[in-house]
Amino acid sequence: MSIDHEPLRGLLGRDPVVATSGVALFADELRAQAVPVSEVAWKPVGEHSREALATVMADQRRVAANAEALARMTAAEAMLVDVVLARDALGLERGTFLHAGPPITWERASGPLRGALIGAVLFEGLAQTPEEAEAQLAAGAFEWEPCHHRDAVGPMAGVVSPSMWMYELRDEVHGNTSWCSLNEGLGKVLRYGAYGQEVIDRLHWMTDVLGPLLQQSVRATGPFDIRAILAQMLQMGDEGHNRNRAGSLMLLRELLPGLITADGSSSDIAEAVRFSGANEHFFLNLGMPACKLATMAAHGIPGCSVVTTMARNGTDFGIRVSGTGEEWFTGPANTPEGLFLGDYGPEDANPDIGDSAITETGGIGGFAMAAAPAIVKFVGGDVPFALTATQTMYEITEGEHTAYQVPILGFRGTPTGIDVTKVVRTGVLPQINTGMAGRVAGTGQVGAGLVTPPMECFTAALDALAQHAG
Amino acid sequence: MTETVDLRRGAYHDSVSLMQVSRAVARTPGVDAAQVAMATELNVEVLTGMGFTVPEGAGPNDLVIALRATDDAALAAGLAAVEAALADLRRGSASAGELGSAPDPLTLGAAVRRAGAGLVVVSVPGSHAVTEAFDAIDACASVMLFSDNVSVADEIALKDAAAAADVLVMGPDCGTAVVNGVALGFANVVRRGSVGIVAASGTGAQQVMCLLDAAGVGISHCLGVGGRDLKHEVGGRSTRQALRALAADPATESVIVVSKPPDDGVLAEIEALGSDLGLRVHFAILGEGRPDLTSSTEQFLRSTGHPVPTWPAEGAAPDLGTAAEQGSARDRGAALRGLYCGGTLADEAMIVAGSSLGAIRSNIAHDEDLLLSGDLRAPGHLVIDFGDDGLTRGRAHPMIDPTLRMERIALEAADASCGVLLLDLVLGHGAHPDPAGELAAAIRAARSTAADAGRDLPVVVALVGTDADPQGRADAQRLLAEAGASVFLSNAAATAHAVSLLGSPA
Repeated sequence: MSIDHEPLRGLLGRDPVVATSGVALFADELRAQAVPVSEVAWKPVGEHSREALATVMADQRRVAANAEALARMTAAEAMLVDVVLARDALGLERGTFLHAGPPITWERASGPLRGALIGAVLFEGLAQTPEEAEAQLAAGAFEWEPCHHRDAVGPMAGVVSPSMWMYELRDEVHGNTSWCSLNEGLGKVLRYGAYGQEVIDRLHWMTDVLGPLLQQSVRATGPFDIRAILAQMLQMGDEGHNRNRAGSLMLLRELLPGLITADGSSSDIAEAVRFSGANEHFFLNLGMPACKLATMAAHGIPGCSVVTTMARNGTDFGIRVSGTGEEWFTGPANTPEGLFLGDYGPEDANPDIGDSAITETGGIGGFAMAAAPAIVKFVGGDVPFALTATQTMYEITEGEHTAYQVPILGFRGTPTGIDVTKVVRTGVLPQINTGMAGRVAGTGQVGAGLVTPPMECFTAALDALAQHAG
Repeated sequence: MTETVDLRRGAYHDSVSLMQVSRAVARTPGVDAAQVAMATELNVEVLTGMGFTVPEGAGPNDLVIALRATDDAALAAGLAAVEAALADLRRGSASAGELGSAPDPLTLGAAVRRAGAGLVVVSVPGSHAVTEAFDAIDACASVMLFSDNVSVADEIALKDAAAAADVLVMGPDCGTAVVNGVALGFANVVRRGSVGIVAASGTGAQQVMCLLDAAGVGISHCLGVGGRDLKHEVGGRSTRQALRALAADPATESVIVVSKPPDDGVLAEIEALGSDLGLRVHFAILGEGRPDLTSSTEQFLRSTGHPVPTWPAEGAAPDLGTAAEQGSARDRGAALRGLYCGGTLADEAMIVAGSSLGAIRSNIAHDEDLLLSGDLRAPGHLVIDFGDDGLTRGRAHPMIDPTLRMERIALEAADASCGVLLLDLVLGHGAHPDPAGELAAAIRAARSTAADAGRDLPVVVALVGTDADPQGRADAQRLLAEAGASVFLSNAAATAHAVSLLGSPA
């Protein structure tokens, strides 16, 4: 940086405005001299993280790397370019499945993840009964790995099998592609761990009818700019994770002309339109891969402390960080607190699950809660909480999104790019809005609520950043 | 005539806001036409009608910035106005009022950005201070790093990062700075003037600025650089930046660098830099065989054409001497006991006294044979720095919390070998609000303890401060003198006086 006119950025030429961290006496002395003072409520980080934090803060690459990460995240495009079968798009072979969150064994898998895997085995015709499916899964007859390992994302259990259709989204700016399955609606659905006959029947209908129609529509009238819909839906009361009403309608508006003119029976088309229109989370499975594209663009920058993945498998919460490669930093997933459907209560809820925290990683969802005050009716909390939550997230993020804005905060960009160092320093954890799956395999959704990651993901990531520090 | 059409995909703003942006930009001198709008069909028509060519593929989710201006400079000014107006839109009205307000800043960087601060004071425990300092530097603020226990490697990394960001790291272990008349940390209220101080020594700088003030000479700024800045490893990193800034500062005419003995090579470089900058740099360097701070200040005053005053002193000259000093028949110990809060002042006392007394043991002795440890008790001459890192871990600096020194004063009073108590008391911002009252009581008690044992115990105080300090130097001097101490503004003079009062070894 060059020195232009006044050295030290004009320090000696103007009345000081001071910020202090530490002993209150020094702030008091400045106030006594009528100097404007901003005093930070500093608290020490855990002894374990002290040295790692200083090492990472001293990494000369960090500031530029984090700025680059934010620039890439906000510049990433997300065009819906196709609808394709998982076996074709992801090279997923028969007997192979993808799932949400970090890697996990059958022994440690949660109820909803086991339920979804059982359902997927049934759906693929690899077993005739749930018992048979479970036995095969437990015996190691099949293989599974995280969606994130194939640049895909899946809500809740996030189980993807070869015969499922996937939205294909493209970021031409950074040359990335990501995928996500089609949304099945709410209630008893595979992603919440349900595998009853109605669930399997619906999956077959989606494979046989819905997928091909959506493919025709996208190919005929697409590509569609998903990022633009996200920007607009935040100004219409959605936050893109647990409230997708405006986004779903806007998406349907884009898809309708192509659906109506698709090659299919009018009753199939009508059912496809009805199904999509009735599902207020229809858009979630597009918002998620859009955010995945943004975080993919920011991944792999040496020295960068920005989080590029937050994902849960119902047992572990895992994060990955731009500057630490493909390593997962995991801790036990917390159980969300919130509102329950019907007779369900806290004891029925499974710990946090799903790749959908990619929305918060990309700067929306819980981070954009102030844009969606109505969401408190779904996930709990109150409107002031929603406003405070978003504003608190600015304290742990690299900057503000340029396209995603919050009207009530004066169109301030959403807090974007979670910085591991800021999370550890402040002790403030990312705010996630989420659905709640039943603890027991086969139950389905029991509610929705608010949750945070375990701090140990971030302290472990910080340790790794310190090891990689240059 | 020149024009530009810029397309920004996915940058959404509502039409009313963009109309305001367009209007603001159109007012830029030299801008003939400006349209900032989402590329809706309607807006594309309007733009085409204005003679702009909108790029293929522009859609309603894309922001178009179209400008036409008389020349390139006006076009650039117009584009800058667009950026400013868009930034204003993003900033918005900010406050959400009662409905869920924003939290106070949780990190120093956030506080700096929100308050627009140009300077931070970091006084968290040393092991955490590095993180805070980097955060402030990243936010483009200069740092006064009060914290100690920061490694040399961290100090160098911080100073390099600061230089790259064109900000200054004052410290670590920097207790004193004055920026544009604002006292940071421990600093005295002195008159404004044209002397810039670069301080690698906090209490040393306070001594110099108070002497200058007594001579009627004011300072422009006092920039701390940390005690190790002029050592070989750190290489004068902050001193260089400070000198450059002072050279460019219209209020500063000359500079005094206050430091313990620097590395010879670094000193030569700093001297060369001073002459390159055309800056008159005077060095007040405290070390064996060098002038004390008072002599250095006097040299500076003479060389800049200022008269050297008689430095304030009370109970000092023989004719003003207290009863105890004027040699009663009672016994007097032969050992000097210097109990200091200011590290540089303690150092100076050892140098001044050492020239006539020889070996002096201390917790900050450079010679390992003379190093005090444990309970800091030993026979013979002692000077203890209660502000040293080793005595401040987990405890406030003695200028804030004088408990340890008070306890030691009482111990010395009961020690028959203690011939003279030599103390410092530094006034100013950051220091104890009534230090003289407490110290006077301790002095009175000590002298009475000694008298009860049939001994004389002269007490000499170096009182560093000004009458404008919150505690008021004149009041403090009176309190101490009434307690029986002789009081000097000059620490060197106080030390010389203390030495002269010692009894003969038994």
